[in-house]
Amino acid sequence: MTDMNPDTSQKGADISRRDFLRSGAAVATTTLAPGVTLIAFGGSAAEAKADAGKRWGLLIDANKCASDCSACVSACSTENGWKGNGNAETDVQWIRKITLNNTETGREVTMPMMCQHCEDPPCVDVCPTGASFKREDGIVLVDKHTCIGCRYCMMACPFKARSFVHEPVNNQKSHAPRGQGTVESCTLCVHRVDKGGVPACVEACEATGHGAIIFGDLKDPQSDIAKRLVEYQSVALRPDLDLNPGVRYSGL
Amino acid sequence: MARLLLVFALLIGGMSGGSGALAQERSSLLPDIPKATGAPHPEGNEYWRKNHMSLMSHDRDLTMRDGDREIGASLKSCFDCHAATDSAGTIVTYESEQHFCRTCHDYVAVKVDCFMCHRSTPDGVDEGAPHAAILPPPALRDEDGTSIIAYLRQVGQDNTNQGTPGND
Amino acid sequence: MERTIYREIMATRPVWGLAVTLGAFIAAAMASFFYVEHYGHIVTGMNNQVVWGLPHVFAIFLIVAASGALNVASIVSVFDQTVYKPMARFSALLAMSLLIGGLAVLVLDLGRPDRIIVAMTKYNFSSIFAWNIFFYTGFLAIVAAYLFVQMSPGFPYSRVRVAGTLAFVWRLALTTGTGSIFGWLVARPGYDSAIMAPMFIAMSFAFGTAVFILVLSALFRLAGRPFGDQMMLRLGRKLAIFVAAVMYFEGVRHLTNLYAAEHVGFETFILTGGGTLTTLFWLGQVVIGGVIPLMVLFHPSFGKTAKAPLVASVLVIAGGFAQLYVIVIGGQAYPMEMFPGYEVTSGFFDGEIASYRPRWPEVLLGLGGVAIALFITGLGAKILRILPTNLSDANVGLNR
Repeated sequence: MTDMNPDTSQKGADISRRDFLRSGAAVATTTLAPGVTLIAFGGSAAEAKADAGKRWGLLIDANKCASDCSACVSACSTENGWKGNGNAETDVQWIRKITLNNTETGREVTMPMMCQHCEDPPCVDVCPTGASFKREDGIVLVDKHTCIGCRYCMMACPFKARSFVHEPVNNQKSHAPRGQGTVESCTLCVHRVDKGGVPACVEACEATGHGAIIFGDLKDPQSDIAKRLVEYQSVALRPDLDLNPGVRYSGL
Repeated sequence: MARLLLVFALLIGGMSGGSGALAQERSSLLPDIPKATGAPHPEGNEYWRKNHMSLMSHDRDLTMRDGDREIGASLKSCFDCHAATDSAGTIVTYESEQHFCRTCHDYVAVKVDCFMCHRSTPDGVDEGAPHAAILPPPALRDEDGTSIIAYLRQVGQDNTNQGTPGND
Repeated sequence: MERTIYREIMATRPVWGLAVTLGAFIAAAMASFFYVEHYGHIVTGMNNQVVWGLPHVFAIFLIVAASGALNVASIVSVFDQTVYKPMARFSALLAMSLLIGGLAVLVLDLGRPDRIIVAMTKYNFSSIFAWNIFFYTGFLAIVAAYLFVQMSPGFPYSRVRVAGTLAFVWRLALTTGTGSIFGWLVARPGYDSAIMAPMFIAMSFAFGTAVFILVLSALFRLAGRPFGDQMMLRLGRKLAIFVAAVMYFEGVRHLTNLYAAEHVGFETFILTGGGTLTTLFWLGQVVIGGVIPLMVLFHPSFGKTAKAPLVASVLVIAGGFAQLYVIVIGGQAYPMEMFPGYEVTSGFFDGEIASYRPRWPEVLLGLGGVAIALFITGLGAKILRILPTNLSDANVGLNR
């Protein structure tokens, strides 16, 4: 564990540094300008952003998903810096398009598939080091600092949501560190969500005009997503496993 | 034997006389730390040298597990001031010995684990292909998709064109 | 019965030759490890569909066999069959070395093996994998203590029995944990099954005894020491019971799966799919690993010779590898049923049977683990007083 006990003469400096850094809560996403020390910003300490009162989720309408569109996949890969290397078996996939063909009726739909951010995630249960974890607000993440790359979470995931990084990685996005030998999956664009944004796939789907993916707080009855879940039929995937995922699908 | 000890003592004394973060005359045995831009840390360099690892470890947990993104001590914000450049003025990545972190960490021989996953330069800088990639990027492959020879040919051409030796 | 004399084996030329050969395999495994660690797992045959491959087959075999190799010592200390007592020390040594070999393969295959300290200090105790890491390291400590008290002159035998009982209970927990690594994976039809745990216990008995028979015979032949036929036949009979037990559990598992409509797809894939896995199951696991060893061991004339347990052991080990290959890779190759009633296609191999072809780094790593186990065993027998000088029937009181 980290050493959190610097000697007392520096402890004062430690706390005041934290206050300096926390102040400026209103500062947006850009990095602080060089030369501007943090003393200049006043204000109270920011609250931690992962709020147990919220539960982030997605509602995906398969009816609105176009079979020839993969804007969500491209947006995710641009936002988070993963890409294919021409090797489909080992390439990383945080989100993928799936085509479903009903064997009885012949109806065909497409939809994007990503980490379902379950309430009771099997991947979190099985991770030996606790690297796979669920945040207070329901987002399931991999702590790449602790991940030993055992891939047991990949065996356990009922949705094949996780990918192992089989090759050395470079030129990562600064908000999405990722590297060889660890396991990764959709983060629900947590770096955007924590600053009040929406995931890249949602934004991209809106931009194409399909609007098949909605993002929102499942616990807030006034949110768009919560209202739609009340009004329209939706399913969780693999309901027999009782995982209560944060991602719901309608129109299947 | 006594003379040997005397010489040793003089050497060590000379070295420690030359240490000190703000000394003008620094021994060439000490690392040549690239100068940072921007204002210095208010707590001072000694504080940061001693504690940067525990500060980063603690704060990364706050960011990752609690979602607190307002702590300004993220790894990426370090490079706003500490992006080292080589003689040609291009910002170097961790693979170069002139990288800010490497100057000290090579000296003390403490391996740094960050940059397998984190980028080591500010956003927007092209870090190039990873040096250990066994598959060259798709643009450089032969039709069968896996030729390293084509990649090496390309690298050789690049080096000939630029006239500079490649990174080791 | 004469008093058992334990003596180190002599370092003859064949012993040195064996050590050098094993060392070469270990070096090859190290080379393969550095190769994979540098370039990433893309140089292996494992991919995002089949995430655990041949190294894990080797590792699990070695770990399961390690637990079973302690069986002989447990029979002595826990069940009081003192005729096997001369072999108890070796049993403990073999158990430790097989476990170390298996763990070496497992750790070296990790994506971030440099984080092994993290794995040993941060435990998520809701993970059976974490429990297993705890069981494995505990096993080494307990069996080391057990071996120590066995070798301590004048140590009260009642205390040795306590150590032996603790080791026995611990290894049951360990093997249950190893089986549950698969059995508790609810998401996959090939794994999700409570019977995995007892089946792995049965497998540990079978593989452990087979490895025990082979390695002990080999060491005795190397050292020029006599090994009695009756003792060999006794071990062979035990092997037969254990092989039958494994077949029983596998039979129950597959029959149960066939009965559940949701698992029928997986079962037909393994049992009748027609690919490598089907061949490995029927020919490898059932015939070579089950039917033929039983026939050999119960053959009216050949079954009564000392060669029969040796032949059967080789077959059981081959069958065991086939069985673990089918379990580990088969369970991953078959696609998960995420959308019942739908035919699924995607760019990520959803709905498709995944392919896996091991590549040389994986083979070398697995063989290196075996070499590590055998090397440690040989080294222990060479520098410690582990092996009895004489296991002839007259010496142990088994002559008829």
